[in-house]
Order: sequence, then structure tokens, then C-alpha cells
Amino acid sequence: MKKDDRGRTSRQARRYQDMKRLLSFDGKGIYCAQADVHIDPWKPVAKAFITHGHSDHARWGMGSYVCTNASVSILKHRLGKVKIHGIAYGEAMMVNGVEFTFFPAGHVIGSAQIRVSYKGETWVVSGDYKLSNDGISEAFEPVKCHTFITESTFGLPVYRWDPQEQIYDRMNTWWKKNQAEGKVSIITAYSLGKAQRIIQNLDHSVGKIFTHGAIEATNRALRASGVPLLDTTHATANLDYKEYAGGLVIATSSAVNSNWTKKFKDFRLGIASGWMQVRGARRRRAADIGFVLSDHADWNELNQAIALTEASEIYVTHGFSEIFSQHLIEQGYDAKVVKTAFEGEQLDSTEEEKVA
Amino acid sequence: MKQFAQLFRKVEETNKTNDKVDALVHFFNEADDSDKLWTIALFSHRRPRRTITTSFLREWASEMSGVPTWLFEESYHIVGDLAETISLVLPNPTQKDERNLSDWIEYIQGLREVEEEEKKRAVFYAWKSLNQDERFLFNKLITGGFRIGISQKLMTRALSKHLDKPTNEIAHRLMGNWTPDSTDFQQLLLDDSISSDTSKPYPFYLAYAVEEKIEDLGDPDEWTAEWKWDGIRGQVICRESESFIWSRGEELVTDTFPEIAMMATKLPEGTVIDGEILGYENGSPLSFQALQKRIGRKKVTKKLLKEAPVVLMAYDLLECKGEDIRNQSLEERRLKLAEIVQDLQHPTLVLSESVKFQNWETLAELRKTSRERGAEGFMLKKKASPYLSGRKKGDWWKWKVDPYTIDAVMLYAQRGHGRRSSLYTDFTFAVWNGDRLVTFAKAYSGLTDKEFKEITAFVKNNTIERFGPVSSVKPELVFELAFEGIQESKRHKSGVALRFPRIKRWRRDKPASEANHLEDLKALLP
Ligand SMILES: [Zn+2]
Ligand SMILES: [Zn+2]
Repeated sequence: MKKDDRGRTSRQARRYQDMKRLLSFDGKGIYCAQADVHIDPWKPVAKAFITHGHSDHARWGMGSYVCTNASVSILKHRLGKVKIHGIAYGEAMMVNGVEFTFFPAGHVIGSAQIRVSYKGETWVVSGDYKLSNDGISEAFEPVKCHTFITESTFGLPVYRWDPQEQIYDRMNTWWKKNQAEGKVSIITAYSLGKAQRIIQNLDHSVGKIFTHGAIEATNRALRASGVPLLDTTHATANLDYKEYAGGLVIATSSAVNSNWTKKFKDFRLGIASGWMQVRGARRRRAADIGFVLSDHADWNELNQAIALTEASEIYVTHGFSEIFSQHLIEQGYDAKVVKTAFEGEQLDSTEEEKVA
Repeated sequence: MKQFAQLFRKVEETNKTNDKVDALVHFFNEADDSDKLWTIALFSHRRPRRTITTSFLREWASEMSGVPTWLFEESYHIVGDLAETISLVLPNPTQKDERNLSDWIEYIQGLREVEEEEKKRAVFYAWKSLNQDERFLFNKLITGGFRIGISQKLMTRALSKHLDKPTNEIAHRLMGNWTPDSTDFQQLLLDDSISSDTSKPYPFYLAYAVEEKIEDLGDPDEWTAEWKWDGIRGQVICRESESFIWSRGEELVTDTFPEIAMMATKLPEGTVIDGEILGYENGSPLSFQALQKRIGRKKVTKKLLKEAPVVLMAYDLLECKGEDIRNQSLEERRLKLAEIVQDLQHPTLVLSESVKFQNWETLAELRKTSRERGAEGFMLKKKASPYLSGRKKGDWWKWKVDPYTIDAVMLYAQRGHGRRSSLYTDFTFAVWNGDRLVTFAKAYSGLTDKEFKEITAFVKNNTIERFGPVSSVKPELVFELAFEGIQESKRHKSGVALRFPRIKRWRRDKPASEANHLEDLKALLP
């Protein structure tokens, strides 16, 4: 085996090199050794800085958590009694000389990109993000840096989103059509993010909007922390099915896969997800309709976001990471793939099952 | 293209058959005759002639979208459909063109003889003028394979509603070797005489497998039993001294079976026989392998005629002296059929015998001898039954022998395509030969998505070597395979070839050491 002048194998040497950098990937999360802080760790650590409240980024079992003020209620709702410190967007926090600042990521309410600066070197951990303004999440702000860590959930040129207004129009039209036929419309969506976008953007004059328990619980936490969500009705077991006639129900995908939908008798099923862009994914779900709506950046947005950071070094994580980093290399970036435990957008999300 | 794209959208946006039929009826009510005719053609697997190769399409899509070819190919691999991939990577349209479906098809057909540059210009023009759904359909018109959730059966139902004619008449009218160039909507579906096309077959009557206990069929006296043969179901037609042979897949195979075609010209004028094209020699059926040599051949050599001789095993008579007799009872039809076979006395026309039986138990006993006779089991038909069209329950049933089964070890796994490209779905299996494993079959269907996911996780963690999309894995997982038949084969390492192997279940209870041995397989050889 080849060794360097200090007797280290090339792999050990690279690991050592990596460890010396401002951020590294230590198998537990994204690690800042100088500050002894992990960002979005997936294994128990002492200090965790969290980009946003989705369960693949905010996990249970950390000594303490730091997240945006808007994320605090979401983390509390998800993780129960844990030590959480809230921070405002744009407010700098110093840890052993390292400056941490949270900037809006536009992904879901409270979501942030975390900028880490030390002695003139700047990294940005973007978590999950999207560029289009959904009206409820704090809108994405580009942050200049040297090294940018990006997701690549939809890092293929076939994933390009139509403007969201068009999607809401399609949802409204579909809802009205089902209503005219005396059917209930059910749309599956993430309990944090897409569910609220749909609630805020559908035409409430068409009929009543109901929510599944997991979504209702998230809504309650959000409303309690001051998010002005429009009115919805909790689809509880004791509601008579006639109450749902002509209504629209927002549910998690796990609810739809269970017996829960039986009570709606005659219903039509729609799925709101970026994956619905491709017919094969749509047909496999045995849903009636797919709505291409995502809280993740599409192909154009990924490329645009990266250009805006002016970074030269890019780490590509969860998604089509190999393909997307190859593309970035061709664009002249120093891009590398890095393995993390983040998941991107899931169609069969299990995260929400725990919440009643 | 707008109307057709709207139809496509409506069909895409529902999972319910009735909605699809309604969407089609609506389309047929609105569209002009040439669009209707082409729509019928597309959904009955008659596609326009290919005028542009897919490699050009890929190259041009890459050029117009600015997506490099490697990235385009990666995208195609994930999407799984070329027409769709192209429609998704192209930039938004910049202009409009209101041509309808048949005009666009004419446009595509017109590109046959022109230079490559001209083709490219024409395709770019279309891509710039059509929205995403329309582009997808335009690309499908070029690449073929129109699977968009509308079966021929569904379309037949819609046409029946649209024209207020019974479905079996529609089904019959849609058969035969017409193309949109050889007919028009009026002639195909409305003209009084259907029989303007002498080659036109009748829709096949297909049976389901017996589901319940055989006794539930009731009084055995009301039923006839015939051996079920493993050949090619076909319809043999003699009209105006010309003969035609149709396979069940609605393919004209007259030239593939010249000995049957010759025989058929000697049948009485206006005869249509439903039967099985079967490898057959010295009064007994040959294995399907013999017939396989003949399939797909347009020209058959004398040598092959000798090596793989075939007969028509006659089951039923659909047309007698030019008269459609499908509404008569099976008993009456069989009497007339027997007479024809008797009169002709031809070596390639054999009457499928009615098996005599007193009660269901004796028939069940007899069924156990199916394999040694080269049969797959029985066909049970009600004596009073008319000849229906399509797959129907009630009057006819297949009563096949149980498949063979064997426990085998998974040795190789391959990724699926398209929507399953993230899963390992195709496997190669092995049995023990002494202390070594020898591969003998490939199988894929028969597992749930959940099981595929589990197996995929196993493959990822237990890969020994990778050969492109194929991984060799630790020999640990055991599966029970089912198959219909087994033959000796020199081409296979194991020395045997299976017919219709599929995964029956995952034997989680068995370690690899308890899988079957090659001797167990060979013991099943006929
Ligand atoms: Zn997220
Ligand atoms: Zn994520």
C-alpha cells in the first residue's frame, strides 16, 4: 500500500486533510471540529444545529439543539422535551471563534441554510431548499460562500416545475370536478410544508378543507406559534362521512395506505410530489392524479442556487448525487459526492406515522 | 393534437375504467373521422411506419435542450420511456400549431424519404410548437408502443357507446389486417357488410382458469372436456378459395404455416375454424419447442417443415358455408366441425376429441395423465354455450394441471428498467449439482414490491461481483419456482430448459443447502 511521507495511507491522509477543514463529514453528521458542533446530525451528539424540522434533519437524542425561532415549535412538537435554543435569521452566533448564521432556505416554515465562517473561510450548509417563494416559508436568500453543501433530490434535467399557481389551479379544477360528481377529493402531502401550502393556496370558497391527524397536529403547533393558517377541519373518527361530501381532505401518504380512507366511501386520490413529474412514478401509486408540487429545488433552481453562492467547491448529498456532481464538474466546479443520512422527498414517507 | 392530448390527459388523470370510457366517448363524439380512425388504429397496435430512428431523436433532443448526451441517457434510464424523457427535457414551446392528430401523423409519414437535415428541421419545428403532453404523444407516434392505459377492450366499449352498436360487433369489425390507409371510419365501423374484407377473423373467445372446486360447475352432463394443448391458438379461414391464418395476438401467420394454409384452401367455401396450431407427428403432439422453431418465420424451408411439422387441432367452428354460427350451441357447432374434418380427410386437420367422463372425480384422475400426453390439462365447455368474444367467465374454463415446482438459490440479480430501475427485479437461479451450484432459470414476476425492496437491500449488501447491471450475490436466498414444462437443452449449462418459470414464493424458512438438486429437475424430464 502506498504511504505518504508521514507514513499514512492515502485514505488516512485524505481523512486527516478533511478533518482539518472547517467542516467535515464524521459519520454522525456535518461536523465543525473548531466549534465542536454538528449540523443536522443523524447520530447522537452533544451540540446540534438544525436546518429544518423534517425528521431526516432534526432527529431525537442530541444534547442540545439550535434552530431558527420559527422552527422551535416544530422541533418541540416533533421531539418533545429537549433543550432548544432559537435564533433569528441573520443573527450571528459565535462558538469558539466560529461564526454561525442562519439564512432562509425557502423549503418549509423555519427552514434555514447555515453559514459557517472562520478565519476567512466560509461554508454554507443548505439542508433542503427551494428558490420559488411559496408564501409561507421565509423566502430563499442566496448566501455567498467558498464551499456549498447542496442536496440533489431532483438533480436531473427532467425535473423542472411549472409555476406553482398553475398547480393550485389544477388542484382547484380537479376538486370542483370531483365535487360535481359527489366525490371527496383526497390529496396526500407532507405534514410539514406541502400540507400548509395547499391549505393556504386552494380556493376555500369551493368547499371545506379537512386534515388528517398528523397534519392537524403540525398545524396546531404552527398556529400556536403564530403562523396565520387558514381554517381547516380535523377529519376525526366521529365525523359522519356525509360531512365530507364535496370536501377536500389533506392526508399523509401513510394514512392513505391504511384503512383510514375507507370512511370517505367514494373518493378520488391525488398525490402532491415532485416525483409525479414522471408517468411511471404516477402510475405505480394507483392514484388518480399526480400534482407536481415540491418543496425541493428543481433542476433549474439547483443550478441557479449554486451559481448565486459564487462557491467554487460543491459537496453534493442526497438525491441524484453522482449524476448531479458530474454535471457540476462539467460546469467547472470542484464538485464531490458525499454520503449523508438525509432523504430528500419521499413518496412512502414513514416519518409521519409516529404522529397520531 | 389538442383534442387527442386532452383525451390523453383525462385518461391519465383517473384510475377508473368508467372515466376512461367516458373520456373516449367524448373524444369520439367530438373528433373528425380521420382522427377517430387513427385513434382506433393506435389503440389496436397499428402504428404509423417509423420514419425516424430513435438514435436521431436522442441526439436532437440533446441538442435542442442543451443537455449533454450522457446526462440525457441517465435521465432516460430513470424515466424509462424515451418519448417521455424527450418531452421532459425540451425547453418550453415558443409557437403554436393547431394541426390535429391525423395531420401530424401525415407530417411524420411524409418524412420517410427526406434527408436527415430536413427530418431534423421538421422534428424541431414540432417540438417548438407543441406543449409537453402533445410532444410526448408526437414522440410516441414516432417511437411506437402506445401504452397509455387504454386497452382495445376499453376502446371497444367506448365505440359501442359512441355508435350505439353491440360490443361484439365492434370487436369483430376492428379485427383483421386493415390499416388507416386501407379503410376509413365509415367503412370500418358503419358499412352494412362487415365481410367486405375476406380475411377478417372473429374475436377469440378466451377462458379463465377454474377458481373454485370443480364440482361447483354442476352437472357433468352439461359439460364437455377437451385436452388443452400447448401450441398457438389460431383461427383458420377459407373464403373465396383463399385461406388466412390468424394467431390469437391478431397476427396474420398464413405464411408461417403453409401446410395448414394449403389444407385450408380445400375447406368448404366460407369456413372459419378455431383451433390450436400444434407441433404434431405420428398421431401425437410434439413439445412446444418444436413449434418454437417455426414462430416468427415468414419463409419456411422444406427442411424445417420436416423437422417441425404442425397440424391444426380443431376446437370449434365459427363460420359454416359463409354463415356466422357463433350463436348456435357448442354441440351443434362441434357436429358440423366433425363433419368437415371427416369429409376433408387431411393429415394436417385433426379434430380435438371430446373426452368422455362420468363424473368429476374420473375426470380429475384423467387430468393427472395430462403431462404424459403432452397436454396442459383440460378445457371445460358448456355444451349449450355460444361462442362469445373476449375473455368471459361462466361457459368455458381452463382446468390446467398444477405447475411443477422446485426450490432454487438466487445467484444473480439485475436491476429493473424504468419505474423499477432502483430495484433488483430480475434474477437467475441455481440448483445443486454435487457441491456446486448450476444456474438453470431466469425469473422475475411473482413477488410484491415490498419483497423486491427487501431483496434489493440484500443484493446491495451481498454483492460479490458486478457485471454492468448484473450483480452476482452470495448464494443465500431460496425461492420456490413454478414452471409449466421442462425440456432437455444443449444450450443451457444445466442441460434443461424450463417453460414459463416464475417465482412462486420466497422460502425464508430454507437455507441454501436445502435447495433442490439437478437430479430432482432431471427427474421431471418427459
Ligand atoms: Zn426537508
Ligand atoms: Zn431532507
